[in-house]
Amino acid sequence: MRIAVCVKQVPDTATRIRVAPNNLSIDETGVQFVLCPYDEYAVEEALKIRSAAGSGEVVLFCVGPPRATEALRTALAMGADRAVHLTELAGLDWVGTARALAAMIHAEGNFDLILTGRQTTDDDCFELGPALAELLGLPDATIVIKLEVGPLKVTAHRDIEGGRAIVELPLPAVITCTKGLNQPRYPSLPGIMKAKQKPIKVVTQGALGLTPQPQVALLELALPPPRQSGKLIKADAEQAAQELMNLLHHEAKVV
Amino acid sequence: MAEHWIYAEQQGGSLGKTTWELITAAQSLGHTVGAVLLGQQVTPLASQLGDHGAQKVYAVDDAKLAHFTPEGYTATLAQLVKTHQPRLLLFPASFNARSLSGRLAARLQAGVAGDVISVELAPEGVVVRRPVFAGKAVAKLHVTSEPAIISVRANIFPPAPAGAGSAQVVVSGAASEHLRTIFKEFSKSQGGKLDLKEADIIVSGGRGLGGPESFRILEELAAVLGAAVGASRAAVDAGWRPHSDQVGQTGKTVNPTLYIACGISGAIQHLAGMSSSKYIVAINKDPEAPIFKVANYGIVGDLFQVVPALTREARKLKGLS
Ligand SMILES: Cc1cc2nc3c(=O)[nH]c(=O)nc-3n(C[C@H](O)[C@H](O)[C@H](O)COP(=O)(O)OP(=O)(O)OC[C@H]3O[C@@H](n4cnc5c(N)ncnc54)[C@H](O)[C@@H]3O)c2cc1C
Ligand SMILES: Nc1ncnc2c1ncn2[C@@H]1O[C@H](COP(=O)(O)O)[C@@H](O)[C@H]1O
Repeated sequence: MRIAVCVKQVPDTATRIRVAPNNLSIDETGVQFVLCPYDEYAVEEALKIRSAAGSGEVVLFCVGPPRATEALRTALAMGADRAVHLTELAGLDWVGTARALAAMIHAEGNFDLILTGRQTTDDDCFELGPALAELLGLPDATIVIKLEVGPLKVTAHRDIEGGRAIVELPLPAVITCTKGLNQPRYPSLPGIMKAKQKPIKVVTQGALGLTPQPQVALLELALPPPRQSGKLIKADAEQAAQELMNLLHHEAKVV
Repeated sequence: MAEHWIYAEQQGGSLGKTTWELITAAQSLGHTVGAVLLGQQVTPLASQLGDHGAQKVYAVDDAKLAHFTPEGYTATLAQLVKTHQPRLLLFPASFNARSLSGRLAARLQAGVAGDVISVELAPEGVVVRRPVFAGKAVAKLHVTSEPAIISVRANIFPPAPAGAGSAQVVVSGAASEHLRTIFKEFSKSQGGKLDLKEADIIVSGGRGLGGPESFRILEELAAVLGAAVGASRAAVDAGWRPHSDQVGQTGKTVNPTLYIACGISGAIQHLAGMSSSKYIVAINKDPEAPIFKVANYGIVGDLFQVVPALTREARKLKGLS
């Protein structure tokens, strides 16, 4: 099995977001960056499938600034074999990023399976996986919490609104992974040592034949209006409950 | 004249609140509002779309579309877009619709913005706002392509009321693309649960519940209020609730009118997923819990006493006892 995994580096989820003075990006001072939590499920699933198959290769693909090599090293330490990294980001909107990933994957030959996270915890752009599938000319299943891999097809369980949809896709296919799929391993110490020697190939837009034509432009990044803390009700349970229902009914008018 | 389209997502043969919300969103922008309806035996729903304000309905009623498959739906929708050239497509922000919008954008080489909370027309294109970092920030974006492909978060626009009249219905066939994805089955979650993203009221529980059985007291309150039940990651990771119930940065981002957090401390990753709720109520025995900093109303107390008391009060209010 040859498996491609798309990974991104994102701010740790505990980060308090501050906007940079340009109002276009976050202030990165003091921010710790990590492998996107959803991508951890994708990496783990790829490693499980490779070991169940007994052989194969897990190749990471990343579009991100040079600092993103740290996230690649984390995924390599988990057990991925090698990585391809595009560090030149100018002009890439989401479809552009999907196109870049498609070109990078294509350049590395044929894969049986392409895994991505359900969305990233910074852009929250769920659309990238399906867009990548379309650009690669492959079927896709999003938000997968259980995956059964056969030699020629996969059965994917999708955790959608109201229940679970089960679909069958011929390989190769694109799968977007979410929590519940597996329990991502922590990199072991030997894994971390080995990761230092594993190859990370840096590629350029020019070499991939990309000429970006962005159709989504960021105008401004802002913080949501801060929330004020409100009324604290101090009374015994019965009385507090009565007062709260009263406020919800008469003041907030929500029940 | 250029049309603006909404994607009327039917589920099990019916249309819901989010479709009517999209009609309101489209109406706020002017232009002719068209609705796309894909599925099998969906044509009868066209009149409902007209009744809620769609002026045109593009219906594709085909056995090939009996179940959602990203390829089948993308091919058919792309064909309709190429024929009729709408300027804007609004989708609901459901998982299937977002999957579809992503594929469609790649196929049409168009710009896509998902899960937006506002949409406006500017001379140079469509301007939207969407939460990023799970709601810790908001990005204002310009989508310059035609069509612009956008999905809209639930509970942002009020649903368009019925009684508007009728639509002109245009029926066509599905695209003849070979479908590789085979739909096997759909199993409904127990009790036909209300979806968190669409729910108007959410009662949510955390580690303070102490175990899976105690979620019954939240279910009881939720039943009286017509609410959905959510959970913190601690409750999900403990195996008390399914993953699909998790609210937060790595769970669902929700936007209800009322969010009642019970036994949830208010970690930054939890707040990220629910802090845009209109009203937040916190019930926690620790007065220092960070959840109180974002709550409109807070009760410091034992949830095992407060929640059943609230259920009793709610029943009284609704004339149930
Ligand atoms: C990468 C990452 C992603 C994460 N994503 C999410 C996410 O999406 N969603 C999420 O929720 N968390 C997420 N977390 C976890 C988050 O950091 C917290 O650990 C989690 O939210 C805590 O859940 P809790 O509030 O239920 O538990 P706790 O923090 O343990 O709080 C329990 C609360 O219950 C109160 N309590 C106890 N007993 C009672 C009682 N009888 N009556 C009243 N109150 C009582 C306590 O005072 C306490 O405040 C994430 C963490 C990481 C590292
Ligand atoms: N810049 C990127 N480089 C590599 N993979 C990415 C990148 N952006 C997104 N992805 C992949 O696509 C998934 C969805 O991300 P997004 O659509 O950006 O929220 C992620 O979980 C990754 O697997």
